[in-house]
Amino acid sequence: MELERTSVQIVQCAKTYSDGTQGLLPSSLDVYPGEVLALLGPSGCGKTTLLRLIAGLETVDQGGIIRFGTQEVTNVPVERRQIGMVFQHYALFPQMTVQANIGYGLRIKGVTEQQLKQTVGELIDLVQLKGLEHKRPAELSGGQRQRVALARAVAVRPKVLLLDEPLTALDAKLKVTLRDELAELLRRLGITTIHVTHDQQEALAIADRLAVMRKGKIIQVGEGEALYRHPKHMFVAEFLGRINRLQRTPEDILNHTVTIAQVTVPCPQGPWPELFVRPEDIELRPYDLQQAAAIITQRSFLGDRIHYRLEVIGQAGLTAEAHRDSPYLLGDRVSFAIAPEHFMPCENDQ
Amino acid sequence: MGRQRAPRQFPFTLAILTALVTLFMLIPMALSMTAGLVNNYSKGLASGLTTRWLEQVWEGYGDTILWSLTIASLCALITIVVGVPCAYALARTRSRWARLFEELLTLPVAVPGLATGLALILVYGQFRSFRQSFLFILVGHIVFTLPFVVRTVSSAFANRELITLEEAARTLGAGFTRRLLGVLIPAVMPAIIASALMVFTLSVGEFNLTWMLHTPLTRTLPVGLADSYASMRIEVGSAYTLIFFIVVLPLLWALQAIANEVQKRYGT
Repeated sequence: MELERTSVQIVQCAKTYSDGTQGLLPSSLDVYPGEVLALLGPSGCGKTTLLRLIAGLETVDQGGIIRFGTQEVTNVPVERRQIGMVFQHYALFPQMTVQANIGYGLRIKGVTEQQLKQTVGELIDLVQLKGLEHKRPAELSGGQRQRVALARAVAVRPKVLLLDEPLTALDAKLKVTLRDELAELLRRLGITTIHVTHDQQEALAIADRLAVMRKGKIIQVGEGEALYRHPKHMFVAEFLGRINRLQRTPEDILNHTVTIAQVTVPCPQGPWPELFVRPEDIELRPYDLQQAAAIITQRSFLGDRIHYRLEVIGQAGLTAEAHRDSPYLLGDRVSFAIAPEHFMPCENDQ
Repeated sequence: MGRQRAPRQFPFTLAILTALVTLFMLIPMALSMTAGLVNNYSKGLASGLTTRWLEQVWEGYGDTILWSLTIASLCALITIVVGVPCAYALARTRSRWARLFEELLTLPVAVPGLATGLALILVYGQFRSFRQSFLFILVGHIVFTLPFVVRTVSSAFANRELITLEEAARTLGAGFTRRLLGVLIPAVMPAIIASALMVFTLSVGEFNLTWMLHTPLTRTLPVGLADSYASMRIEVGSAYTLIFFIVVLPLLWALQAIANEVQKRYGT
């Protein structure tokens, strides 16, 4: 099943609720044909509001425009907007069988009985639900329900697929399996997808690009890897992973350096009063007088890696992550190095 | 340190108390029913058993039973047809007026039936043929029972999950009628059945409103019952009670069974 590839263009869309709260500040976003874009952010950041605006379940404030391809859909009601949506708790029709759920949209479209049967059959194969056609949602596992919801949403060949936290209702282990399965399925369908989540791992695993949101605003849009490596904003850096903050003195800023543990090293140019560095980019070494030194004040073994807490002169404590075979123990004096390209300058308006 | 005590499922004293309360309530009913089967109540069973009172009631008041059941069925049907869309509208409207309307709607439950009856007579009493038909009583019953339907079904419609279900149906292209019939009504079916049953039961037993609205030619079962108590031998009144039980109880049980079946089918 190959689906249409439509672009989505959001121009200056805002949402003010009837009680006056601003669910979304004027935001613009382009979603490319066939890509999977994640709207990522903490609860209350406006990601669900934006998704519901695209779906047509909420109306855009005056002035905003939404286009699917070349067609403007800003005022097209949800029933005729040709979207497919997967809801957080799936919202399957409880009194209908798996088959009837998947075929619901097709039946409304008025396709022939034979066509309906064929499409539903194809979808059941696609999402691997063979043998469960006549079960009701209550008899299915969480993962199976999620797949029914997905099949139901794509059955009508929507222009855009919208996923509202599709994996939150699942337990942690199942989530990872289904996450990869979902990513694979979306690639195969090739449909333009907008995926709302608060889980950065999920976003990185499923989406081609991420739009990170905070307080009703889109802060940065880009590929997951680029966002992780070069976040423009401290919020993005912090939301996608863990970070250490390094303070810079006025001389540091003048000389394009940063001073850690009384050792001054070069860093990217710019008037940044602080720099950020990821724990896995702090490389621990045996103690050496020439290099920045630290004392290990905490060591947590996490299975695949070890998490260290370092006490460093002149900076707040740092966290570092190393391979699980890293030899350093609690109380050890170690040296460490940070490659200059790993210093991340970020905006910070907090 | 507290005393250790073996937890008991159902303490003995509580069992005794329950039995006593049950007896206290059942004895009058049983006595009243047997009174309808004896020749002479003051002499008790010694006077011998008879069905003559039952026959007399059937002859004099048989039609009231039929009318009561007809009115109750129509009342349940109409309150559902009128009440379900109203419940939906109230559940989906956030305005203050909707809340006010909901309060007003429940008034007939709180206001004594006599007052509601009087109000209906004052306004519509001059329409002779309406006043003298069973329709007049039916209208009274609808006014009185509609709030039960609207309240029950409206809270079912307001369910968070159902709101999402409706949204899901909308994203799949379902218009209002299709959503209502295919998604919403099946989802609130248990509430609809429960309230229909409630309305039927209330209508069958309704007395004080009906007493105001009835005419000598339009009487329901409870009104006939009151009449027989007031004007006939105690045995006749008791026989009437017996007939009420014989007709109404199996019907209520049957309806309840149907409701349970529906609950099983539509329950999630």
